[in-house]
Amino acid sequence: MSAEIHDRFAEATPGSTKPDAVLVADKVSRSFGGVHAVDVDHLEVQRHTVTSLIGPNGAGKTTLFNLLTGFDKPDTGSWSLDGVDLSSQSPHEIARAGMVRTFQLTRTLSRLSVLDNMLVGAKGNPGERLKGAFLGGWRSTEDQNIERAHDLLDRFSLAQVTNDFAGSLSGGQRKLLEMARALMVEPTIVMLDEPMAGVNPALTQSLLGHITSLRDEGLTVVFVEHDMDVIQEISDWVVVLAEGKIISEGTPDDISHDPEVIDAYLGKHHGEAAS
Amino acid sequence: MDWIGILTDGALATVGPLTAAYALSAVGLNLQFGYGGLLNFGHVAFMMVGAYGTAITVDLGGSLWLGIVVGILAAVLLGFLLGLPTLRLRADYLAIATIAVAEALRLIIRSTWAAPFTNGVFGIQGFADEFFALNPFPTAKLYGFGSFIVTGRKLWVMIVSWIVVLLVTLLVRRIISSPWGRALKAIREDEDAASALGKNPFMFKLQVLMLGGAMAGLAGILIGIEQQNVTPDGYLPKVTFILYVIVILGGAGTIWGPILGAVVFQFLFFTIDSFMVDSQAHVGWVNDLLSPSDAGQLKLVFVGIGLMLLMIFRPQGLLGDREETLIDER
Amino acid sequence: MPTRLVRLTLIALLLLLVVGGAAPAFGAGEAIKGRLRATFEEDRTPVEGVTIDVSQDGQPIGSAVSAEDGTWLVPVPGAGTYQVELDVSTLPDGVGLTDPERVILPAVEVGEGQEKTVIFRLGPGASSPVSTYQRVGSLTVLGLKLGAVIALSAIGLSLVFQVTGLVNFAHAEMVTLGAISAYLFHGSPVGPKWPLAVAAIFAVAIGAAFGFVQEKALWKPLRMRQTSLIAMMVVSIGLSFAMRNLFLIIFNGEPRAFPDFSGQSPIVVLGIPMVPKHLFTIFAAAVILGGLGLFLSKSRSGTALRAVSDNKDLAESSGIDVNKIIALTWVLAGGLAATGGVFFGLTETVQWDMGFRLLLLIFAAVVLGGLGTTYGVIAGAMVVGLAVELSTLFIPNELKTAVGLIVLIIMLLVRPQGLLGTKDRIG
Repeated sequence: MSAEIHDRFAEATPGSTKPDAVLVADKVSRSFGGVHAVDVDHLEVQRHTVTSLIGPNGAGKTTLFNLLTGFDKPDTGSWSLDGVDLSSQSPHEIARAGMVRTFQLTRTLSRLSVLDNMLVGAKGNPGERLKGAFLGGWRSTEDQNIERAHDLLDRFSLAQVTNDFAGSLSGGQRKLLEMARALMVEPTIVMLDEPMAGVNPALTQSLLGHITSLRDEGLTVVFVEHDMDVIQEISDWVVVLAEGKIISEGTPDDISHDPEVIDAYLGKHHGEAAS
Repeated sequence: MDWIGILTDGALATVGPLTAAYALSAVGLNLQFGYGGLLNFGHVAFMMVGAYGTAITVDLGGSLWLGIVVGILAAVLLGFLLGLPTLRLRADYLAIATIAVAEALRLIIRSTWAAPFTNGVFGIQGFADEFFALNPFPTAKLYGFGSFIVTGRKLWVMIVSWIVVLLVTLLVRRIISSPWGRALKAIREDEDAASALGKNPFMFKLQVLMLGGAMAGLAGILIGIEQQNVTPDGYLPKVTFILYVIVILGGAGTIWGPILGAVVFQFLFFTIDSFMVDSQAHVGWVNDLLSPSDAGQLKLVFVGIGLMLLMIFRPQGLLGDREETLIDER
Repeated sequence: MPTRLVRLTLIALLLLLVVGGAAPAFGAGEAIKGRLRATFEEDRTPVEGVTIDVSQDGQPIGSAVSAEDGTWLVPVPGAGTYQVELDVSTLPDGVGLTDPERVILPAVEVGEGQEKTVIFRLGPGASSPVSTYQRVGSLTVLGLKLGAVIALSAIGLSLVFQVTGLVNFAHAEMVTLGAISAYLFHGSPVGPKWPLAVAAIFAVAIGAAFGFVQEKALWKPLRMRQTSLIAMMVVSIGLSFAMRNLFLIIFNGEPRAFPDFSGQSPIVVLGIPMVPKHLFTIFAAAVILGGLGLFLSKSRSGTALRAVSDNKDLAESSGIDVNKIIALTWVLAGGLAATGGVFFGLTETVQWDMGFRLLLLIFAAVVLGGLGTTYGVIAGAMVVGLAVELSTLFIPNELKTAVGLIVLIIMLLVRPQGLLGTKDRIG
């Protein structure tokens, strides 16, 4: 896949244009008390890639994520998914439009069963409207959703805990559940916020496998990570943030040799800003 | 001590229409608090608005049936107006706003300024004749056995009230077991997670505030009909607190919890009441220590302490799943 | 407009009295009535258009305006003790109370079925007519005084919220506890009858101690058990409810005034009559809140307190003993609430549910200023106090508390983060 990008000559410069960009963001900025947490001039994410967003602590990665997914309001800026403008939309509208996120600290719905957690992700069930809930007629859609949920739970090795309360799962299972649940929404693009944080090495491998298989099925994956090593393995494209700005873009190979990036990670800015 | 008399008094109050109305209002509160996670501390206002909507409509010449519709719609409207500014904010804002609005509404209703409609502190009486005209039981005839007897009038209100409670509870069960109910619970668990999955928390919370409000409104109407009387000072904040005790006692977030909670609460409340009256009559030192009004207030002290102890030691109530509740305390 | 409505009401009520038979729960038609006549030398002239307000346990019951022949009548819901007040601002020019102390009749007993007659003696204008300037002026003083009481009481609620995230409904009862303790030491016939200043110091100490005990015995154990904030809020509701009714048993429903300072006569400043104890309340609140501000910004504990409210984990990792700071906050909250209660009792009356009635205005102040902003809450308290008192220029007295609550709702609609709050605190 990464070869494909080279074939199409996406430039390894900050804010470069991509062939077949699915997510395009312009002039997105957000400041807290005078400090620019995010100040992104232009960002494009190419379809069917795993794009990772890296940067030292406090670089504004999670803030950018929160802005793009509607969980925080930007001071300026606009962005679109497949040409549909998403700026100033609510989180649930953005999710329905096809951009679904996960959280750094897993957010399982504790007192719902694992299956119910999955079913909450399904869209367009008429029984989810109050009228439908009163009148009924949502069974067949529900059955299809249940079938889809079982398939996903199988794939994410959660089949044996289908009927347990999500709150009783282990940390690793919660990560898997959150990813599987995001797929129930049938997204175009999945935004994963540090999926590997606090996960043991064995599970990291399995999560990485799931991420690449998502791309192979035709999804686009953007994920935030601050560990460079993780990224090398699976990313097709890497975007580097420092102090809220994009300082570099390119293939993992380009990035690991970029002096600016090395500087940002090890140099004078390191550890200065806090998000 | 007349133990049989004490228990009979308790039991009579327990099956009475007031218990049914409290159960109904608790079903509404449970929908908001137990399933939706909304801290509505002004629930009594929905009951008051329902009862007044009905009474004023009849007072202005409408029929009782129109009045009931108006009362319920008024409660729904209150839910809408209350939810609009507060449901996007953090949970404690709703708590503050609801209790404040409930008290403000009561102050306005009891004021001389609103009296041309509400009749101020005196309230409105005698608006439910149409309901009692339908009573198939002879009004003054007594039904029951031993000392467990009710009048035909009361029996009629009792039967209708409990049927309403049952129907509404079945309705709640239907919508809670639907995808709508699941999404509502998801929002209660984690609003951000639910919205990241495409659910609109605001819409669900608004719906549940209005729907639970309608149930409380209907409960207020039932009480008004039974007593043929609404006065603003029957809708003090303590009613809301008693409803919280009922919901948590029965099991918040369970279908039958509010009904069980109302029955157990009312039985304890009225049995203790009857016990106190009896011991005041028969036991000298009790009479010396507590005046009759003190005894009534002592019961309310117990209600408060009961609410604390329940919330601390048995937050799942009688019907809740212990395991499920513990997950929350993680 | 209000006069017309009041009259309409009176007509409605009288009609109801006439057709009383149709209203079973109406009782036997108890009422309080009178005839206002001013005595000029030998003459007795009926006085028309004077407003009489009747209330019970601090809750307004009704009001009436004297008719052409000076008669007035306020129906009441049943037998009991009522408070009757003549609104001096409605007296015509040149007419005043012969005995200005008797503007309020605090305990009018009405028997079963009785129409009780009460007398206000009127004579040549002891008080000159009240100008708008004077009215606005004295209402402003009242508003600042109410704002001072709210601010003193609200700061503790806000501080506890800042360090623990809990909105403590039982805060209201800490206010009442302060006032009742002060009354027991100062005014109670069975108490030691200390001077109010001494009694107040003891009351504040009791409030602070109660705050400490509450934290150690209830809230800290609950935090240790990881109880959710929502559950804790429900616990605080239960505590509030239990305490309030306990106060009612101990203290009865009757409102009582601190004997040393009841019926203080006003002094005139800049042509505006002001009651000295109100001015003292405003002054004392300014000193206390100023001191608190200094404590929070300058002292080590104060800085630690602010650090904990900003970020508990960060504070903990930088070596602050968070539990100690939370305990300190509860001591402050209890002491300040008791102080607010003493001043509330001083300027109005001491009653079992005074704190709960004030709580709603405290909430209004806290939302107005921004939940968790110390200075915002003080500003919010002043705005609420002034809005409540000045609103009586336009609307009936009995609705003034509702005005405070309406301010709250409007604020939630237009600027939910409050005057000084920031947006991310509310989402």
